[in-house]
Amino acid sequence: MSLLKYESQLREPLVDGNKDYHQVTEDIIKPIELKPSRLWYIGFYISVALLLFGVYSVYREVTYGIGQWNLNKTIGWGWDITNFVWWVGIGHAGTLISAILLLFRQGWRTGVNRAAEAMTIFAVMCAGQFPIWHMGRVWMAFFVLPYPNSRGPLWVNFNSPLLWDVFAISTYFTVSLLFWYSGLIPDMATVRDRAKTKLRKLLYGVASFGWTGSTKHWQRHESLSLVLAGLSTPLVLSVHTIVSFDFATSVVPGWHTTIFPPYFVAGAIFSGFAMVQTLLIVVRKVMGLQDYITLGHIEAMNKVIVLTGSIVGCAYLTELFIAWYGQNPYEWYAFSENRANLFSPYGWSYWLMMFCNVVSPQLFWSRKLRRNITVTFFMSIVVNIGMWYERFVIIVTSIYRDFLPSSWSTYYSPSIWEIGFYLGTFGLFFTCFFLFAKYFPVIAVAEIKSILKTTGENYKAKMTDIEKADSEKFYIEEVEHAH
Amino acid sequence: MAGGIKKFVVGSFDDEAVLFPAVKQVRKAGYKIHDVYTPFPVHGLDHAMGLRETSLHTAGFIYAITGTTTALSFMSWIFTKDWPLNIGGKPHFALPAWIPITFELTVLFSAVGMVLTFCYLCQLSPFVKKHHFHARATDDLFVMAIECTDKTNEAELQSFLEKAGGKEVNVQVAETGWWIGRYDKEQKLYRDEKGY
Repeated sequence: MSLLKYESQLREPLVDGNKDYHQVTEDIIKPIELKPSRLWYIGFYISVALLLFGVYSVYREVTYGIGQWNLNKTIGWGWDITNFVWWVGIGHAGTLISAILLLFRQGWRTGVNRAAEAMTIFAVMCAGQFPIWHMGRVWMAFFVLPYPNSRGPLWVNFNSPLLWDVFAISTYFTVSLLFWYSGLIPDMATVRDRAKTKLRKLLYGVASFGWTGSTKHWQRHESLSLVLAGLSTPLVLSVHTIVSFDFATSVVPGWHTTIFPPYFVAGAIFSGFAMVQTLLIVVRKVMGLQDYITLGHIEAMNKVIVLTGSIVGCAYLTELFIAWYGQNPYEWYAFSENRANLFSPYGWSYWLMMFCNVVSPQLFWSRKLRRNITVTFFMSIVVNIGMWYERFVIIVTSIYRDFLPSSWSTYYSPSIWEIGFYLGTFGLFFTCFFLFAKYFPVIAVAEIKSILKTTGENYKAKMTDIEKADSEKFYIEEVEHAH
Repeated sequence: MAGGIKKFVVGSFDDEAVLFPAVKQVRKAGYKIHDVYTPFPVHGLDHAMGLRETSLHTAGFIYAITGTTTALSFMSWIFTKDWPLNIGGKPHFALPAWIPITFELTVLFSAVGMVLTFCYLCQLSPFVKKHHFHARATDDLFVMAIECTDKTNEAELQSFLEKAGGKEVNVQVAETGWWIGRYDKEQKLYRDEKGY
């Protein structure tokens, strides 16, 4: 086979092994066509069990009211909103990989974008649960929609960050879903054309929208992906910016800071990449996709983790410094007493967050550790715990001592139903992810094929000779020219 | 809507480096390429085939400004005319506070509009079926379909394609366009199905 393009030999191959186009199809689609493994069933049933526990927890909350959660007047936003921000943040990595890295022409995103985008969609689905059920009277949820109603019409408040959130999250979900599915259509067609059973032909036929692979369609598809990437890039930044406005536009010491938008966005990408690592390290192992999600991919993501983790660390310190420098006694109290004082009721959570998010990612300055799967997996869990605590610290330590000391609530711990709801979203997330891994191509087949001949290991090996011949020819010509 | 029933000479290529010169030769010889079906976007193939640039992105821009104007005019009308609400004594026309929602709706309109336009232009939808010249066009083959006219010498064209590097060259009678159908059922030609 001949080559169309060269890529520097210094760059690591993105696809390992001796692959051709058919082998790529075979490797990625085969797991869909086989019966799921025992491990899959075990994981799936555990997820469904968690989901059911979550459903029951929500049922209790709806039936008996928000009192089922251990929130109180002072701490009105506890685990619930912490979880909301955490899940939304996790979603951001998928969009970063699929949109921002597409604009930056990063070839390595092709190995991980499909699964990361799926993760985004499931994470946003989980995130959305929290504000909805937090409303208490959930049957009134449609009040957030601006429609001509019989109450005046009394419209929603377009000046409120909470309403901006409604628009931001729903737009984010819709656009991510469209982006993900439009990329999936050609791959669904690949599954359809390989299908043996009638049911498969029917289902994948429906899901592939009659895709043929026509050149004109690909041209439009490329244009669509590029513009959707261009739209998603500012969108993903806006979403967590708007989430941070929920806090930043308030007058609560600890929330009322202008640094929040960039700091939240960096934190979101940080936690999102950690979750991508957690999922993909398992997926590549279980589904045997080590050739496509290589150590190089894992290392690239760890670089993003150390970068965003350091931005987050920088933001923590800036925030602390400004709280002191600003000379506002309330602000400084929130930081020095409620957070940084290890012996205050929630001081431990602040230092846990500092350790997990700022100190631990610094391990990844070492190339050896960046390429170590066990360390990466462990770190991805640590980062996710750290980022959960970040939101917990921001929410709970800012409000538990409010302006009226008699209403200080020095101890808040969640009820079982509050925890159950959180576990339930894990159930929802993993149920969706297990189904995705079983019935959808977890790697973008067409995209891998488009980079195969430039970055595949076997093609790169062939390039050495061509490069050598080329440079010799160049040298001879240059020498001749000089004389 | 199914298009007309036409005859095609179909050649498959297993390497894009062979495909490109073949496309050039076929066009030079004056044959009309109906389409080339590829398993992934082959960069530059659209130019080689002489296809014009898509203007899908222009449609995206138009949808985007529609979103912007919808959001801004809707919020202005509500807060200054329909139901002016005093929120902390702030101006009714609170433009800075409306920027987030305006931005979100701009993106939403543009994305949804573009995807729908894309599906419309490419005739993509669930339960839509089309003729596939080769099942491996979505796997590892680049399938070129050349439309035959009354003057086309099929045998000559077939050997021409084979010489250009085409494999599995054959003649297919197919319906162009799309129809409502399912992939688990065999599709007959329209005239066979209707009996004429």
